Amino acid sequence: MQKRTLLDGQKIQITIKRLCRQLIENHDDFKDTVLIGIQPRGIYFADRIRTELQEILPEARILKGNLDITFFRDDFRRKDSIVTASSNSIDFIIEDKKVVLIDDVLWTGRTIRAAMDALLAYGRPRKVELLVLIDRRFSRQLPIEPDYIGHRVDTLNHQQVRVSWNETDQEDKIVLISESTK
Amino acid sequence: MAADRLSNRHLLGIKYIDRNDIDLILDTAKNFKEVINRPIKKVPSLRDITIANIFFENSTRTKLSFELAEKRLSADIVNFAASSSSVSKGETLIDTVNNILSMKVDMVVMRHPYPGAGVFLSKHVKAQIVNAGDGAHEHPTQALLDAFSIQEKLGTVTGKKVVIVGDILHSRVAISNILCLQKLGAEVMVCGPTTLIPKHIASLGVRVEHDLRKALNWCDVANMLRIQLERQDIKYFPSLREYAMMYGLDKKLLQSLDKEIIVMHPGPINRGVEITSDVADSGQSIILDQVENGVAVRMAVLYLLAAQKE
Repeated sequence: MQKRTLLDGQKIQITIKRLCRQLIENHDDFKDTVLIGIQPRGIYFADRIRTELQEILPEARILKGNLDITFFRDDFRRKDSIVTASSNSIDFIIEDKKVVLIDDVLWTGRTIRAAMDALLAYGRPRKVELLVLIDRRFSRQLPIEPDYIGHRVDTLNHQQVRVSWNETDQEDKIVLISESTK
Repeated sequence: MAADRLSNRHLLGIKYIDRNDIDLILDTAKNFKEVINRPIKKVPSLRDITIANIFFENSTRTKLSFELAEKRLSADIVNFAASSSSVSKGETLIDTVNNILSMKVDMVVMRHPYPGAGVFLSKHVKAQIVNAGDGAHEHPTQALLDAFSIQEKLGTVTGKKVVIVGDILHSRVAISNILCLQKLGAEVMVCGPTTLIPKHIASLGVRVEHDLRKALNWCDVANMLRIQLERQDIKYFPSLREYAMMYGLDKKLLQSLDKEIIVMHPGPINRGVEITSDVADSGQSIILDQVENGVAVRMAVLYLLAAQKE
């Protein structure tokens, strides 16, 4: 098994700062914008984004929710599908709001498709954007592209991108793992 | 965190599942409870699944609850009630179900007056079976929703004391509840007139008490069962009035206890028999929460069973 570090803690911090500036460029004071982190791993990244935004814009009231997509997956009853759900916590209305979906890794695009589906249960947003930390480009199975990208990587299907966060894994780090193929 | 799959393809009774399964179902039910409190209460998980609700015995609440759970999961459903079917023309259980299955049904939710009907069926047909009550044997989803309601109210079931009061002899709810609560680490007591307590119930590891006041003073939760007059072929007690006096729960008794206990009832209530109206409608009663939780728990059961395919 080979491991290659894509981003270390410092680089992740710089990337988060850059992404926040890009968000502010499009969303001003976040009056009509809400952040939605996708469960289970996107919520830590979304928390970071929100904390950083709040630091840059201390006056703004930035709403953030967590969205679970388990019941909306298109691979239910197929091999290896994830069955156990995480919690949803969206305690605001997204009707007519601009929603920024936030996830750590974008790969096939299927999670995002499910997320857009799941989001509709909370109202009809005016606009939905996508922010990801890692874009595994050229591996999409659906016509979905992110609006804000932390870092682009070229990966093979059997490789795995693992994002660790301080909150759960004691360090901020992104590594690319390649199982040795025979 | 519990395991992420059930250990069994069917839900035939609490007897056949373990602690991990119960925890998984209750955890998943929490997610579904959030789903059914949204403005749009539906998720698409079971959209390619057809479920047959086969009820050989009358039921309002369980049937409605299952139907609602199925619809909220986007399953297609067919309903079948024995009274209006060929069963009255002499068709056997396997034939009836196989006929329904040839219409490409994936899951069967069945209530039947004979104990073990679900187990029998699971050995003879391909579909997954959910037992919605088989005679005086088991009613697993009721036990799960009761456990869920206790957990929701008290934070945990482990270590809590639960007394089940009333007609234990004819009650599938009692058996499933005892097994489920014990698997979750609760202490269980049954309370009722000697004639309505099965002889060997203590072999299940439950306490037996015939004095309602003592039982209530011991417990954290009282589950008041319905007197099932329709199953009683002989007289087990002199009169309903006397039963109500000895084993009915009224406001006065409830308030005279040392602590505040939680009152549950699986429904339908005989108001004035097992519990009086002022108790049923009091703040200590979680009877209506039980009904709401029933839908969430049944969604969890159906969802997790559907995930079992092969």
